[in-house]
Amino acid sequence: MTKEAAARIILFVFFAVLCILILIPFYAVTVASFKPGEDLIRYGLNLRFDFSVMNLDNFVYLFTGEHAYFTWFFNSLLLTLVQVTLTLFVSAMVAYGFAAYDFRGKNLLFLCVLLIMMVPFEILLLPLYTLTFNLGLMNSYSAIILPGVASAATIFFFRQYLSGIPREIIAAGRVDGATEYGVYLRLILPIMKPSFGAMAILNGMNSWNNFLWPFMVLSDENKYTLPIGLKTLLTPYGNNYDLLIVGSFFSILPIFALFMAFQKYFIEGMTAGAVKG
Amino acid sequence: MLKNFLYSQKVAPYVFVLPFVLVFVIFWVYPLASSFGMSFQKVTLGQEAAWVGIDNYTKLMGDTVFFKAVGNSALYMVLTLVILIPFPMLFAVWMNNKFMWGREWFKSAFFFPALTSVVVAGTVFRLMFGEMEGSLINSILGTFGVEPIKFLKGQTTGFIALIALASWRWLGVNMLYFLSGLQNIPKDYYEAASIDGASAVQKFTRITMPLLKPTTIYVLTISIYAGLAMFIESMMLWNGNNSPKNIGLTIVGYLYRQGIEKNNLGYAAAVGIVLLIIAMAINLTQLALSGLFKKED
Repeated sequence: MTKEAAARIILFVFFAVLCILILIPFYAVTVASFKPGEDLIRYGLNLRFDFSVMNLDNFVYLFTGEHAYFTWFFNSLLLTLVQVTLTLFVSAMVAYGFAAYDFRGKNLLFLCVLLIMMVPFEILLLPLYTLTFNLGLMNSYSAIILPGVASAATIFFFRQYLSGIPREIIAAGRVDGATEYGVYLRLILPIMKPSFGAMAILNGMNSWNNFLWPFMVLSDENKYTLPIGLKTLLTPYGNNYDLLIVGSFFSILPIFALFMAFQKYFIEGMTAGAVKG
Repeated sequence: MLKNFLYSQKVAPYVFVLPFVLVFVIFWVYPLASSFGMSFQKVTLGQEAAWVGIDNYTKLMGDTVFFKAVGNSALYMVLTLVILIPFPMLFAVWMNNKFMWGREWFKSAFFFPALTSVVVAGTVFRLMFGEMEGSLINSILGTFGVEPIKFLKGQTTGFIALIALASWRWLGVNMLYFLSGLQNIPKDYYEAASIDGASAVQKFTRITMPLLKPTTIYVLTISIYAGLAMFIESMMLWNGNNSPKNIGLTIVGYLYRQGIEKNNLGYAAAVGIVLLIIAMAINLTQLALSGLFKKED
């Protein structure tokens, strides 16, 4: 056997084993979603593939039963869409301001963008909580959307992207009689389009999976997002496991579908900050 | 002539960055400042706050539960750093090997865990590390003759579950960071090293590691914050903020317990300020140290 073949086989086997280990939890949830919740309580979550207890009851219950799952699902969907749209719109605009102009206080302001990325959000939880309470925004989606509308990481990414666009384009636009905002809307936004994919995915993923802050703000069950709803199903009595497991399984699917379709953007978005370091 | 004013080239940039300034002031500067102020007060939601000086801080210094939480967060941070930096780096180098089959396919599979929410991942790990004989981990251990372990009731075993969850979720993402860092290293360096007779280990320690430094510093920085600020992982694994003997309690968990669960906002704010100071101190030290090492290179 040649050295090359040996290297190929060792590498492949190593990563295949690692891959199987990583996929086990997914497999476990998938199998469990076909078993009665009672089975899970009694025997625990395991990989046993037992056709005598496996059936589609949980899925039938998910789609036809009386529960709030799809209310939560559509709340999450709506919130994610609104959040992504607003965040991209606002952050792109701010990034353009930083990239296209030289103005007094620019460096200081940009330092603030970097500062936001360095302070853990968790520290702000309590003051934000009291602020939300005092503004009467408890139990509203605005309280979830507003603090994240100018996302530092997104601004940073867009600014990097825009710094590659020659300023002559902007000057040419002005010569043609476009206003400052016209230049941005008609000339720059179309050029920026390719960079929106990665940030849409990154922000969408964060929003879809966002838990702690919405959990603190929302108290009305009909306003819950999917992660909050699923969390409430996890009771010590295990009486909701039928819905919990199949609901968890189903909540991963939209993100998986998106990942499969737009893998390039996911990876670009996740690694955006790392390369420039 | 408001319109002319707003449309002038001098004012336009301020209009563009205005949303950021507003968000920064309302949702960052103000909360941070009020958090600082609150830490010197006794605050209960819906009641008048009262100044208490440094009482919250002196009380905090004698609070054993707080030190338990700091210890847990620090331990979690250190363990995630020790596991989630060297291994992903090494795996990324192996995956980058020219003899690697199905690289893209593996890359996406390793990324899957990062797509799940902590709520779902935490629930699944909670059940996998269940205490029953038939629970996944115990059933595997059982085939080796090990008695069922009550993972979430013990300090060490609880942390095993916690670190397993963190490693599972972040291994693939950190590998991606290192893989993209590796693409920036010119291939000629390795060829030149081979001609000079360098071994694989030498190439790794002399070329790969130094040139991956920007990526490593980035991963280190975000991991320090993520480690110190960890809360939901623990909350999901123990299904609430009350783990037995506080074995899973973290700094943010304690902040949440005091602030939200006990409505003791001033005290909780002091916890937050201490966390901010710890996080800043560690990261500034880390950045200063890596800057110092740079000069020696």
